Amino acid sequence: MSDMAATRDGYGQALLELADNPKVVVLEADLGKSTKSLHFKNKYPARTFSCGIGEQNMLLTGAGLAASGFIPFASTFAIFTERAFEQMRNGVARPNLAVHLCGSHGGTHTGTDGSSAQSIEDLAIYRTLPNVVVMHPSDYVSTLELTKQLPALNKPSYMRTARNKTPVLYKGRESEIKIGKGITLRQGTDVAIIACGVLVSESLKAAEQLAQNGVNATVVDMHTLKPLDGELIDQLVSQCGAIVSAEDHSVIGGLGGAIAEHLVSNNYAPLEMVGVADRFGESGQSDEMLEVMQINAKYIEQAAHRAIARKS
Amino acid sequence: MSMSISELEEFARKCRVEIVKMVYRAQAGHPGGSLSEIDLISALYATRMRVRPDEPKWEDRDRFILSKGHASPGMYAVLAEMGFISHEDLHSYRVLGGKCQGHVDSKWCPGVDFSAGSLGMGLSFGLGCALAARLEGSERRAFVMLGDGEIQEGSVWEAAMAAAHHEVGNLKVILDRNRIQNDDFCEAQMRMFDIPAKWRAFGWEVKEIDGHNMQEVMQGLDFLDSTNDKPSILIAHTIKGAGVSFMADNPAFHGAAPNDEQFAQAMAELGEVIA
Repeated sequence: MSDMAATRDGYGQALLELADNPKVVVLEADLGKSTKSLHFKNKYPARTFSCGIGEQNMLLTGAGLAASGFIPFASTFAIFTERAFEQMRNGVARPNLAVHLCGSHGGTHTGTDGSSAQSIEDLAIYRTLPNVVVMHPSDYVSTLELTKQLPALNKPSYMRTARNKTPVLYKGRESEIKIGKGITLRQGTDVAIIACGVLVSESLKAAEQLAQNGVNATVVDMHTLKPLDGELIDQLVSQCGAIVSAEDHSVIGGLGGAIAEHLVSNNYAPLEMVGVADRFGESGQSDEMLEVMQINAKYIEQAAHRAIARKS
Repeated sequence: MSMSISELEEFARKCRVEIVKMVYRAQAGHPGGSLSEIDLISALYATRMRVRPDEPKWEDRDRFILSKGHASPGMYAVLAEMGFISHEDLHSYRVLGGKCQGHVDSKWCPGVDFSAGSLGMGLSFGLGCALAARLEGSERRAFVMLGDGEIQEGSVWEAAMAAAHHEVGNLKVILDRNRIQNDDFCEAQMRMFDIPAKWRAFGWEVKEIDGHNMQEVMQGLDFLDSTNDKPSILIAHTIKGAGVSFMADNPAFHGAAPNDEQFAQAMAELGEVIA
C-alpha cells in the first residue's frame, strides 16, 4: 500500500517552499486552516492577508497586489471561489493578472459536509475563462510541484485540491511533473483512461482489474485541464483507439468535456465519460460518495469495456 | 502641480466639453456620471496625483481606480488634458481597436491601471494596490472613485471592512454622491440612509463636501492627503450631468447621448464655439 496524503497539504507545503521569493503573498478567507495556507501565515504573517469571510474582496485584493508586482496565492473552498466568479472573470482573467486561486475540498469526495460543499462545477466554469490555467492534481507530490511552478506562469490559475487523503503516486518522480503535460502512469494498447484528481488512483485500480481480464489499459494523469495536452490525447487515440475520462466533477464541461472538445476537432476515438451525472451530491463518506456517484474503479472499468466495444 | 481655483475650473470645463463630444460622437455612453465626477478627478490629477504622463507605468506612481468604470469619458478627458493620451485619441471612444474602450481598460489605454466594468470591484483592487505599496515601503497611494449607486454592491463593504481592519491609510476614496443610478434616483431604487455614518461605523475617516465647488474640492483633497493612519473617504455631493442644463439631475442622461440640437445647446452652455 502506498503512502497516503492530502493534496491540500501539498499546496500548503508548496507555499512554504515558495516563501523565499519575497513577492509571494498569501490571501485567506477564514479557511487557511483547511486549505493549508496557515503554515505560510504562521511563518510569514506580514505577507499574509486575512480577508475575513469575503471571497469577492479577496480575489480583487489579489488583483491589485498582482498589478503591483506581487504573486498572490488566494485560497478557500472550491465552492466559495465560485461566489467570486465574476471577480475572477473581470478583475483577474480579463486583465491577465497572475492571481493564483486554489479551491480546496472540491468534488463529492469532500464527503459528509454534503452537497452544498461538494463543488462539481468549478473546473468547468474556470475553464471557460481566457488566460486562466486550470489544474486538478492527483496527489501530494504533484500538487506540491505544480504549485511551485505557478509563479513562472505569469498568468492566473485555478487549482482544485481535495480534502481527504489519496495515495502518493509521484515520490521520486518530481521531474516528470510539468504544468500542461499529462503523465502516463501505465501503458496499455486496448483503452486509455484519462483521469484527474482523486480518480487517478481509482483509474489505476480499474486498470489492475482490467489487466486480470486480459485488457491492457493506459492510465494518464491529466492534472492540467487547460491548456489541455492535446498532443498526448492524439497519441492515445492512435495507440488505444478508445478513451475513458474519469473525474470527480460534473460530466458537463470538465475533463471529459475538454477531451470531447479535442476529439471532435482532431482524430476521433469513442469516449466514455465517468463523472457526476448532472446531479447534486449528499452527505456520505468519500468512498460511499464515489460509489453513489458511480465514479469509482468499478465504474471506470465498466466504462473501459463500453469504450472498447465501440471501437470501429 | 500648483493651479489656481480658476485654472482648475477651466481645466474641468474643457473636460466637460470633451465628455459631451465623446458621447455625442459615439451616440452612446454615460455623460451624467462623467459630468458629476469631473471637477473631482480634474483637481485630483491636476494637483495631487504623483504620476508621469510620459512614463505611465512608472513604478511609484499613485494609482487612480475608476471603479464606476462606465463614467469613462470623464477619465479619458482628464488623461488627455494631462497628456497620457492625445485629444485625437478621444475620438476612439467606443470605436473598434480604440484606446478609449467603453469602460476604462488597462490593456488599451495608457494611464489606466484598473480595468473596470462591473460595479463594486474597484475598492478591493485599490486595497490590493495600497497593501502592495505598504509591503514595498513605497509612499504611493491608491485613490478610488466610487459611485453612490455602486455602494449597493455588497462586495464594496467587504473591501471597506478589510481596509479598516488592515489600517490601510494609503487607500483614499472619493464617493460621487450624485443621487442617480441607471434606472432612477437612488432614493427610489435602494435607499441608503446615512452614508457617512455607514463608513464611519466601518472604521473610516469621513468628510463631506460640495463636489462642484472647487474651493471645497481642494479642501477635501487636503483631507485625503492628511489621513494616513486609516482609510479615508471624501463624500462629494454632486449633480449628475452637472454643467449641461437638460442633463443635470436627470436620470434619462445616465446612459444616453444628446441629439444634434441638444449637442449644440450643450456646447453653447459650456462656452465652446463649434465651427
